[in-house]
Amino acid sequence: MAAVEQPLDLIRLSLDERIYVKCRGDRELRGRLHAYDQHLNMVLSEVEETITIQETDEETDEEIISSKKRNVEMLFVRGDVVILVSPPLRTGAS
Amino acid sequence: MLFFSFFKTLVGKEIAVELKNEVTLRGTLHSVDQYLNVKLTDISVEDAERFPQLAAIKNCFIRGSAIRYVQIPKDEVDVELLQDAARKEHAGGK
Repeated sequence: MAAVEQPLDLIRLSLDERIYVKCRGDRELRGRLHAYDQHLNMVLSEVEETITIQETDEETDEEIISSKKRNVEMLFVRGDVVILVSPPLRTGAS
Repeated sequence: MLFFSFFKTLVGKEIAVELKNEVTLRGTLHSVDQYLNVKLTDISVEDAERFPQLAAIKNCFIRGSAIRYVQIPKDEVDVELLQDAARKEHAGGK
């Protein structure tokens, strides 16, 4: 019978794997997890950050959604911005 | 304590600290403490036109809770060591 695992143990399984991190401020990170702690501070490498921006057109009141991406080779992420951690999302997966 | 030790290995190296208020400061890591407060010396502000308030500042103390990311040169990091430390930190249901 498997021992009861805490949520942090599930993150341990993802060490040296690519993960997806949703962050506060409409930001998302995809990178390789190298270290984490109980605060969810993390070190990721080969990171792609996606910032999603929502603008409202003044005249038409139309909502325009756009995103900005950037790459960082090695990044420390402070745990208090992390919302969720997951294996990378695959489009079209069941 | 894992990331406190990690940052101690980066003292003397140049890093870029991105704060939660969007300001990014590039400088030499002078010191770090258990709260991950940092002192940077010889700083330069990225996108200095947007943030002219810090033009005269050479050294600074940054409260750890104000940090969103720290960008680190990939060569300064021993990823194997980091992963081992993270695994040990959370082994056995800590």
